[in-house]
Amino acid sequence: MNEISRDIEQRQESRVGVVDCDIHPAFSTPDELLRYLPARWREHARDFAIRTGAPFLGSMPYPRITPGNGMRRDAWPPNGGPPASDLAFMQEQLLDPLNIEFGLLQPLGSGSSTHNQDLGAALATALNDWQVDKWLDRDKRLRGAICVTQEDTATAVAEIEARVSDKRFVQIGVPPRALEPAGRKRYWPIYEAAAHHGLPVSMHSWAFGSRANTGSGWTSFYIEEHVAFSNALQTALTSMIFEGVFERFPDFRLVLVEGGFAWLPPLMWRMDREWERMRGEVPHVKRKPSDYVRSNVWLTTQPIEEPETNRHLYDVLGWIGHDRLMFSTDYPHWDFDHPEFAFKVPLEPAVKEAILRGNATSLYRL
Amino acid sequence: MNDTARAVGRSEGRALPIVGLGAIDCDVHPRSPRRDDLLPYLDAYWRDIFMSRDIDHLELMSYPERTRPYRRPGADTSSHEALQRNLLDPLGLEAAILNVVSGIHGVYDPYLAAVLCEATNRWLAAEWLDKDPRLCASLLVPFQHPEAAVKEIERNAGDRRFVQILAVAMGEAPLGRRAWWPIYEAAERHGFALAVHAGSSYRHAPTQSGFPSYLVEEHVAQAQGFANQVVSLVAEGVFVKFPSLKVVLVESGVTWLPGLMWRMSKDWRGARIEIPWVKEMPAEIIRRYFRMTIRPFDGPSDSAEADKAIAHLGAEDMLLFSSDYPHDHGGDIAAWPASLPERLASAVASDNVLATYQRLELDA
Repeated sequence: MNEISRDIEQRQESRVGVVDCDIHPAFSTPDELLRYLPARWREHARDFAIRTGAPFLGSMPYPRITPGNGMRRDAWPPNGGPPASDLAFMQEQLLDPLNIEFGLLQPLGSGSSTHNQDLGAALATALNDWQVDKWLDRDKRLRGAICVTQEDTATAVAEIEARVSDKRFVQIGVPPRALEPAGRKRYWPIYEAAAHHGLPVSMHSWAFGSRANTGSGWTSFYIEEHVAFSNALQTALTSMIFEGVFERFPDFRLVLVEGGFAWLPPLMWRMDREWERMRGEVPHVKRKPSDYVRSNVWLTTQPIEEPETNRHLYDVLGWIGHDRLMFSTDYPHWDFDHPEFAFKVPLEPAVKEAILRGNATSLYRL
Repeated sequence: MNDTARAVGRSEGRALPIVGLGAIDCDVHPRSPRRDDLLPYLDAYWRDIFMSRDIDHLELMSYPERTRPYRRPGADTSSHEALQRNLLDPLGLEAAILNVVSGIHGVYDPYLAAVLCEATNRWLAAEWLDKDPRLCASLLVPFQHPEAAVKEIERNAGDRRFVQILAVAMGEAPLGRRAWWPIYEAAERHGFALAVHAGSSYRHAPTQSGFPSYLVEEHVAQAQGFANQVVSLVAEGVFVKFPSLKVVLVESGVTWLPGLMWRMSKDWRGARIEIPWVKEMPAEIIRRYFRMTIRPFDGPSDSAEADKAIAHLGAEDMLLFSSDYPHDHGGDIAAWPASLPERLASAVASDNVLATYQRLELDA
């Protein structure tokens, strides 16, 4: 292929707009978020700190591999701030060259996991104000997530109500690692509000939690923690199905973010098998568990699994159904996926369009 | 029976019978012992303790054997005769490995745990293994007390009917941790495999969000427990230190493993500086060291689709036959599972098992 034809092909390729369902905007300085807090909570954070179930204050439970807590080494903006803290550089490195038509923000604040839930609620509100001020007001392509503290559902619902009129918020962000499994009735007011307002709930892999990250206690290594990220998503999905969330709120839509997806077919087979075996225990679960997945659940693709034999990815896509998957980069994290290179097998044009764009534009009504 | 005879003997569409395969069943559950069973193997002090402290039948909350899903209709595991009648004879088994998964794994007192393990092993040997030469067993060792676990392995090293040691999928700490290495050292030295069996000692909630409401959810969550143990054993370098140790995942569901292998291998490429002693792709290590029993099998009902899922493992020698008797997974345990490809039957029923268990000797 000569330079000119390659150039043409690339330009044709780039006309397909991409929806990136997982971008992590960052604070320029550690105290940037605090400026959005009321004085009372700013002083609280200064005098008593933001305390969570993680063992260290101010550092990650498992040190990451690359500088900046696991960032792409080339994502540091020229202005000296941390990766993804500078909109201009995010535009230059991500949004423009990858032709991102819409970029969905997944802010990772620890608000939901704070021991002090009033502080957590204030942090969630601050995080939402910050999204508007620093990102949504400044680039029309970006979309926000209404961050809430799920342990205090009344406050969470109030925060949802306060934000729904701003249509740039396209989903509700709820961490999957709650104190109790996500399907428990105590969390239902959030799902009811989400269904009522037609907003999906997105659950993003979460490094903070009060419970051990495996059923055998805490892992030793980051690589183990990272592999176990999908555990939280699997648990949330299993719980929501078997507690009857999708029966009670048939319009409720769930998006599982940053857990990959190859674990889903075995989980569906397992849930279906055990449901057949133990239906008497859960008579309120009327349909086969995998049916709820196929009607109410979506997943983002990153970090995409790379089978040892590339074509095995087709089996996985077939078992899940390509209508369930939405592309994501996870910018600016080290395990970033690129829309052209993430899939190690060629995809049919229609499938590619659905995963890179169409599924997300329909789900979020973009 | 040779292949032709088998083909002639089977009418169209009939399931492949297990009898004739010379199968070795890698997961059979005898009833777990009660106090009266164990008293003969206790000294005076512990007999007194068992009586005065009401220590009797111990059943795991996470693996409640008295419940409906654990009992096939008509199941009987009360004695070796019952197993002969219901399982060994009708399936024509060459051998069967008995797994006691009981409250022993959840006992807090390390000394009590050690005594329970030893007494249960003695009971298994006297009441089961001595009664039928086809019976083998997993050795119970107190992970609560690694020093005593090593002693128990040494005590039984000469009894090759104990082919592996048993751990539950969710225990006190991840199985790769160095605290357990003395146990693995002894196990490897004497050729025992490590069986990781479904169940939790409830030292930790089974999920990252605590305890689920329903038993069915907990069964689903067991797959995560297995996955975490595989990652822990590889990441901590257990196979670097103990290259002859084999790990058998019992009742894991099987099909979750390829996705985990892909995930861990990809993560290893990015994060290997954290675990520099792991010098090979985790998928390669996993294929070499891990084996899995076939019941239950989480797969599509169509065996052609299931075949694809098995192909993702990249190694059919990882699969070992099991009936999981008396647990109720529906279907006919005397027949090859309809959802699994029949071409695997002969290797899975026997060859793979013999290649896994160094200590296993078939009665000629």
